[in-house]
Amino acid sequence: MNLTLRIWRQQGPETPGEMTEYRVSGISEDMSFLEMLDTLNEELILRGERPVAFDHDCREGICGACGMVINGQAHGPERTTTCQLHMRHFDDGDTIDVEPWRAGAFPVVRDLMVDRSALDRIIGSGGYVTAPTGSAPEAHATPVPKEAADLAFEHAECIGCGACVAACPNGSAMLFTAAKVVHLNVLPQGAPERASRVRNMVETMDAEGFGGCTNTGECATACPKGIPLTGIARLNREFLRS
Amino acid sequence: MVMASATRTNRTTRTPAPGRHPSSLASLWRSSVGKKAVMAVSGLVMLAYLVAHMLGNLKVFSGPDDINGYAHWLRTLGQPFLHYGWFLWLARLVLLAAVLAHGTAAYQLSRRDLKARPVKYVHQRQRATYATRTMRWGGVILGLFIVWHILDLTTLTVNPAAEEGHPYQNIVASFSTWYSGGIYCLAMLALGLHVRHGFWSAAQTLGANNPRRDRGLKLAANGLALLLTAGFLSVPVAVMAGLVR
Amino acid sequence: MSYLDYTLGEPVADTAAPAGPIEQRWQQRRFEAKLVNPANRRKHTVIVVGTGLAGGAAGATLAEQGYHVVQFCFQDSPRRAHSIAAQGGINAAKNYRNDGDSVRRLFYDTVKGGDFRARESNVHRLAEVSVEIIDQCVAQGVPFAREYGGLLDTRSFGGVQVSRTFYARGQTGQQLLLGAYQALSRQIAAGNVEMHPRTEMLDLLVVDGRARGIVARDLVTGEIRSYTADAVVLATGGYGNVFYLSTNAKNSNATAIWRAHRRGALFANPCFTQIHPTCIPRSGDHQSKLTLMSESLRNDGRIWVPKAKGDTRPPARIPEDERDYYLERIYPAFGNLVPRDIASRAAKVVCDEGRGVGPGGQGVYLDFADAIARLGRDAVEAKYGNLFEMYERITAEDPYTVPMRIYPAIHYTMGGLWVDYDLQTTIPGLFAIGEANFSDHGANRLGASALMQGLADGYFVLPPTLNDYLGRTKLDAVPADHPELTAVEAESADRLNLILAVDGDRTPDSFHRELGELLWEECGMAREEAGLRRALARIPEIREEFWRRIKVPGTGEELNQALEKANRLVDYFELAELMCLDALHRAESCGGHFRTESATPDGEAARRDEEFGYAAAWEFTGTGTAPVLHKEDLVFEHVHPTQRSYA
Ligand SMILES: Cc1cc2nc3c(=O)[nH]c(=O)nc-3n(C[C@H](O)[C@H](O)[C@H](O)COP(=O)(O)OP(=O)(O)OC[C@H]3O[C@@H](n4cnc5c(N)ncnc54)[C@H](O)[C@@H]3O)c2cc1C
Ligand code: HEM
Ligand code: HEM
Ligand code: SF4
Ligand code: F3S
Ligand code: FES
Repeated sequence: MNLTLRIWRQQGPETPGEMTEYRVSGISEDMSFLEMLDTLNEELILRGERPVAFDHDCREGICGACGMVINGQAHGPERTTTCQLHMRHFDDGDTIDVEPWRAGAFPVVRDLMVDRSALDRIIGSGGYVTAPTGSAPEAHATPVPKEAADLAFEHAECIGCGACVAACPNGSAMLFTAAKVVHLNVLPQGAPERASRVRNMVETMDAEGFGGCTNTGECATACPKGIPLTGIARLNREFLRS
Repeated sequence: MVMASATRTNRTTRTPAPGRHPSSLASLWRSSVGKKAVMAVSGLVMLAYLVAHMLGNLKVFSGPDDINGYAHWLRTLGQPFLHYGWFLWLARLVLLAAVLAHGTAAYQLSRRDLKARPVKYVHQRQRATYATRTMRWGGVILGLFIVWHILDLTTLTVNPAAEEGHPYQNIVASFSTWYSGGIYCLAMLALGLHVRHGFWSAAQTLGANNPRRDRGLKLAANGLALLLTAGFLSVPVAVMAGLVR
Repeated sequence: MSYLDYTLGEPVADTAAPAGPIEQRWQQRRFEAKLVNPANRRKHTVIVVGTGLAGGAAGATLAEQGYHVVQFCFQDSPRRAHSIAAQGGINAAKNYRNDGDSVRRLFYDTVKGGDFRARESNVHRLAEVSVEIIDQCVAQGVPFAREYGGLLDTRSFGGVQVSRTFYARGQTGQQLLLGAYQALSRQIAAGNVEMHPRTEMLDLLVVDGRARGIVARDLVTGEIRSYTADAVVLATGGYGNVFYLSTNAKNSNATAIWRAHRRGALFANPCFTQIHPTCIPRSGDHQSKLTLMSESLRNDGRIWVPKAKGDTRPPARIPEDERDYYLERIYPAFGNLVPRDIASRAAKVVCDEGRGVGPGGQGVYLDFADAIARLGRDAVEAKYGNLFEMYERITAEDPYTVPMRIYPAIHYTMGGLWVDYDLQTTIPGLFAIGEANFSDHGANRLGASALMQGLADGYFVLPPTLNDYLGRTKLDAVPADHPELTAVEAESADRLNLILAVDGDRTPDSFHRELGELLWEECGMAREEAGLRRALARIPEIREEFWRRIKVPGTGEELNQALEKANRLVDYFELAELMCLDALHRAESCGGHFRTESATPDGEAARRDEEFGYAAAWEFTGTGTAPVLHKEDLVFEHVHPTQRSYA
């Protein structure tokens, strides 16, 4: 199929950017969205133009590196990552707008690539269990009720892609932060640091310039891993409890 | 509050030491999640007041004596422990605090939130911002309405009848003008929308939501919004339709 | 003298493992290791390149012990290292099932599974440490699958008959890596680890015969600079991407280990690459990578092809007696759970016979109809839900109703930098851990053993041995203006400039694809002398063409992803050459290395222990010039080499 792409091009964080139009042809519907962009980039390179920069690595929907806003939707029209979005969800002749994640806490690095290191700093401020290597008790010493284990897992699935921030009208990282807080706080292993974890993570989230949550729910709609919106309620509960 | 400017260096934020936070209202107010909780609590307080207020207003339909008596009763409530009017003043104080806290939090959070998304998407989707926008505008409308409403029916400053101690007459007088009736109708619609999202949102903010309750809470929010809007609207509509005069 | 005329150098030997009973060697080694006074550790800087399971675990642990760690990864966050993609699980000899598992059995299975090309003492240690890994990860809050009683669940994996694989749905690697990443993040926040994401190591700094740092490029600004330290740890993963199409993450590459090799570290068994039997077949030329379907699927899925050639009926219309469940037929004891190399080759054989299914006949069915009938759809979904979803997303077919199509793909590289028992390479002060070293897996890795090895190396093995090195070695600071630093920085910059200067007419990917296809053809699932010679003749030609025709727009002083690719390719050409030479010289079949000339009459791999019972460690002598082969003789005292048999 043939497509018109309007892609956000921006040299660096300080330089202004703009939407630039490209045409691609011969796109197979089995291609992933990124493979479609690869095709464009091959052409750009041969023309001596700078290829479109975007983050990606695993191309399996698990590393969380990829992510762009496609026609106004984070990761595009399907509930999955950009790398797992296939061109069969588009039609011949479509015009597709491609933009980077937009949030004050995510400055653009170049084109469709943004700096998400603020998310790492949220984790660093409390998203762990203090368990230095070698200090661990026998794994079966603490059984974990299956229900708690399942709930923890459901939230542990977050891949840190930042789509929730990109989709949230407030550029809020609540869903991301909630995912980690819930994962660790419902497990017995995470209990001793339960209160300080949630407070510190929320404090860092605020300090990094993410917006607050007005319970819009767009984050959970965009999340490729289905982190539930109720996770945010749990985060709030953990916070108020602390 | 330090607002980190977004830079792309590997600046590490100072990690707050575990357990260093005094659990105080101040620290609650400082954090976005805490401030939101204040907003939810104050919102719920107002909501509770409004439910009672609406039920009280419905006395309009049972005639001037009933509601005038009710207004009087409000002022004698708590006697002999409280003096005449004290209960009302207590309630007013709580409400005022709630409105102020709610409004201030809403203002501060909204400013923060707008700053957190400095560049808009070129390709805009309406749905994404629907709730947030209606909440902000709805809130502003409600705020303005409350001012108008107090000038109208409490201080009677703008009320055409302005008969102290006779709310029935005042209400009828007020709603007999098209602009005042209009203001009330508009405000009630704003209220409905605000409560529709607000009630569920408050539950979420206070951590009362979970996957099993989610549906129930949404239903309750819709029901409550509908009830309040209908209940409140019935008065101006009845007056304008000439059913109550 | 041609590249093929390699010479034989001095043998290499592991001198780090203590003698004595194998069960006590690791304890003994730790006891003998010199300690660094905790107060002095802060004064030591250790560079860790990589934040995968191996690097993440090592960085966190070293920092916890008090070292100053400087760590690198090319992703934007340490959490995105390739390890995140591992699906199936991690082995440990916990024997929670009471099904006869033990450290000894895990040791035995791994040596046997590796087709007797791994070092016994290392493998035994791996089996011992495996138990601690699970404890460590559980303490970190890794949400392993649990049973209703709250205890950990396990499953069985290819090549073994006990249930010792711990898992977290189909995302085990993710959960384990996040555990390590979180521990690392804690150390970063505490200021004990200086993390450099989006920074790529381009070369190794060797000063006075010791590894003393690296030269790295900031991928955002393009700045190239040196980082010095007292020791360097490479945890940079495997080199499967040399094939272009593989299950590895797109940016995984061989540059770090290859540059270390160029600086003197021996590279062992480069031809030992693993092909995974259960990947989604490719759908066209645009394909940029292959997606693995976890091998755990083979627990419940049954593999078959039609009995008749060229049978194009839809699978549901092929009656039971016209299907060939070939693995169950040929290997009744292990059935669908035979080791990967055997399953892969069997798939290739049936496809070569013309019985393959799907587009191009490059696929076999993996059928869950029986499992769904037996366990119910819900149980199957609970176990494999996310894998099925991924499959459907990619192929637009519903595996609950239509059997999956799978085909083998390059997956893992057993070869890597040669290391001794201490995980130290032949350059003092340079350590290699995880998939980057030539590992404990011999000629074939068993499923769920890479995660085990990466974490064993990072959490438990490297920290004490590195301690020993730093405790024994007196090191002076390397001055910032040391000539070696400026020289290597300039060399790295020059190479990028050379690439940019060509301004030709072919893209980096086009070269990578060409090289990958050649390797897959001639040095893939089955290898033959004539083919390997063809490849060895062709690779220098492609390389020469690269330097004439490569085109990379932009400059080196900015973010330039095309330049990153092209630069990695330069190393791939040399590595590919060495892989083919290694495959050519090893005229036997073993594990993942199948030489068609060395097969039993019924087509199974035939090892030749007398001639090839060694690890081949190669020394670099120059681009295109013949390398030197150093052999490490392998001694098997505990597991006696037998021809593997899974029948
Ligand atoms: C799809 C898939 C599924 C798998 N499933 C399983 C499984 O179920 N069980 C199992 O045991 N194994 C599995 N494996 C294998 C296993 O995942 C890997 O062998 C293992 O994760 C490798 O870990 P590592 O730490 O050695 O390296 P990696 O995780 O590859 O990490 C490499 C790190 O090095 C960094 N790096 C590399 N080069 C440079 C450079 N030049 N400069 C700076 N940084 C650099 C990268 O940024 C990255 O952080 C699977 C592999 C794949 C591909
Ligand atoms: C002074 C006028 C008001 C303003 C400016 C205002 C503004 C807002 C705003 C901006 C929000 C946030 C929206 C969100 O979080 O989704 C909000 C939430 C809310 N408002 Fe108001 N509002 C006002 C009056 C009221 C009134 C009169 C009520 C009582 C019915 C009310 C009840 C609520 C509730 C319950 C919430 C939900 C709190 C939460 O999300 O946690 N508000 N308001
Ligand atoms: C049609 C609907 C309404 C009617 C008929 C009505 C009527 C009245 C009357 C008669 C009073 C004066 C009571 C007294 O002084 O004894 C009053 C007070 C008040 N009303 Fe309403 N009201 C309506 C809707 C609302 C709404 C929607 C809100 C809030 C968003 C509101 C908030 C208040 C407040 C804050 C006071 C002041 C209480 C006090 O201080 O005495 N009202 N209302
Ligand atoms: S919560 Fe969802 S959208 Fe947000 S970072 Fe995690 S996976 Fe991505
Ligand atoms: S979209 Fe934003 S407002 Fe809250 S519910 Fe999600 S973070
Ligand atoms: S590239 Fe890893 S999630 Fe998309």
